[in-house]
Amino acid sequence: MNLETIAIILGGLTIGSALMVIISKHPVRSVLYLVLTFFMISANYILMNAQFIAIVNIIVYAGAIMVLFLFVLMLLNLSRENEPKSSIMVKLSAVIAGGTLFTVFIAALKDGVAVAATTATDADSIGLVESLGRLLFTKYVLPFEMSSVLFIAAMVGAVLLAKREKQIIE
Amino acid sequence: MSELIEKFIVIVVLFTVSLGVAAYATYFERKVAAWFQDRIGPDRAGPFGILQPLADGGKLFFKEDFIPEKAEKWLFILGPGIAMFVALMTGCVIPWSTALEFGENIVEMQVADVNIGILFIMGFLSIGVYGIMIGGWASNNKFALFGAIRASSQMISYELAMGICVITIVMMTGSLSLKDIVNHQHGFWADGYFTWNVFKQPLAFIIFFICALAETNRAPFDLPECESELIGGYHTEYGSMKMGFYLFAEYTSLFISSAVIAVLFFGGFNFPGMDNFEGNTLALLGIAAMFAKTFVFIFIFMWIRWTIPRFRFDQLMHLGWKKLIPISLINMLVTGLVIAYNEGWFN
Repeated sequence: MNLETIAIILGGLTIGSALMVIISKHPVRSVLYLVLTFFMISANYILMNAQFIAIVNIIVYAGAIMVLFLFVLMLLNLSRENEPKSSIMVKLSAVIAGGTLFTVFIAALKDGVAVAATTATDADSIGLVESLGRLLFTKYVLPFEMSSVLFIAAMVGAVLLAKREKQIIE
Repeated sequence: MSELIEKFIVIVVLFTVSLGVAAYATYFERKVAAWFQDRIGPDRAGPFGILQPLADGGKLFFKEDFIPEKAEKWLFILGPGIAMFVALMTGCVIPWSTALEFGENIVEMQVADVNIGILFIMGFLSIGVYGIMIGGWASNNKFALFGAIRASSQMISYELAMGICVITIVMMTGSLSLKDIVNHQHGFWADGYFTWNVFKQPLAFIIFFICALAETNRAPFDLPECESELIGGYHTEYGSMKMGFYLFAEYTSLFISSAVIAVLFFGGFNFPGMDNFEGNTLALLGIAAMFAKTFVFIFIFMWIRWTIPRFRFDQLMHLGWKKLIPISLINMLVTGLVIAYNEGWFN
């Protein structure tokens, strides 16, 4: 069992679980398959020796964001009967929009270079915390700080929106 | 090949110990409760009721395995499985002691020394909520759903403060590996001060401990299974060994979180005067120290459960978001300033 085979099997599983997200009829099941997909993506990161990104992907996406998704879906408790009916126009525009995005992806990735899977025993520590932190605080310090400002802005915005709604009710 | 066999043995031993401690934690919980309430507690199965966990386990196994008609069948089965899996997985990055030597072979008392150890534990904590959420939702019962929703909101809220406390420890150590964190607290006394993190970060310890109570759904934060409001909470519809798995997972995570507290704040396998020993003696004494600390914390967890009444849910959220997170953020900032000062940034 060499790394190439593991990478192929893992890739297949990743795509399979991602497909199940859109094939599943029930929204809660879709979300659970999405969680599984995040785990598969993390496994892919580990295969590329990026342990930090892998675990952060699990903590942030699978552990926090998807829990909130699931939370909302469970509260709504959508089922086949009370699912909002979407018209044929909405479906058609969704297909066109999705297809456009798909075309852009294919066009962008067509000439991409395949990243080979590396073993965890490799001497280089590209994906490990130390080298990642050093890069983030030297070479990429401006984008890093900019994105943190963006996140704070988004957070303040969300709080503001929630507060305003409450005042209207009162 | 021999390395694989060694790892396999370490894993099996860890698995057995986790399950054994979890099983006997149920016994001690009942004994501690009995002691606090001036009763005798379980005393029928074997001397002092010592076989009670086996009797309970046997009873759970032989009960009828029932799935409600309107439940989501597969998710209903998956829920307790995830809870148990997650509770058992976290133990594998904890360093239990220094290496044991068998002639030529050196056996590490840790299944995997990954360089992101503490984040691994945080990750598994954060997905632990899926077991409860899936089980509660799949039961198709409103009380179970309430329990599941309470569990998830509670766990997300307390994870933040917990993570910030972990960051202060990581800042002081300069590594995410649990082994490095333990080695950084070597011995007990050095350079005129205690080496254990609890003496350097008492505030972080208190916040981490409160968050650990909330993350393991223990009283006074056991809102997800608050029986006076929600019957049994998320496992209302569960019976036989499926419910057994939920209860077992709770006690396993009690054991693991006690071990994590011991590692992060109480020096793990370090003990005063450890430099006088070496080799296997040191390793065995280290295991003894580690387990002694873990059991003390398990006892404190139980002590709190049988002393403090349950919080109300809004009080719980208030405490998490408005008290613990700001305090831990200030604590982190002060720690950063002190580290910067020691590094000579202000000279």
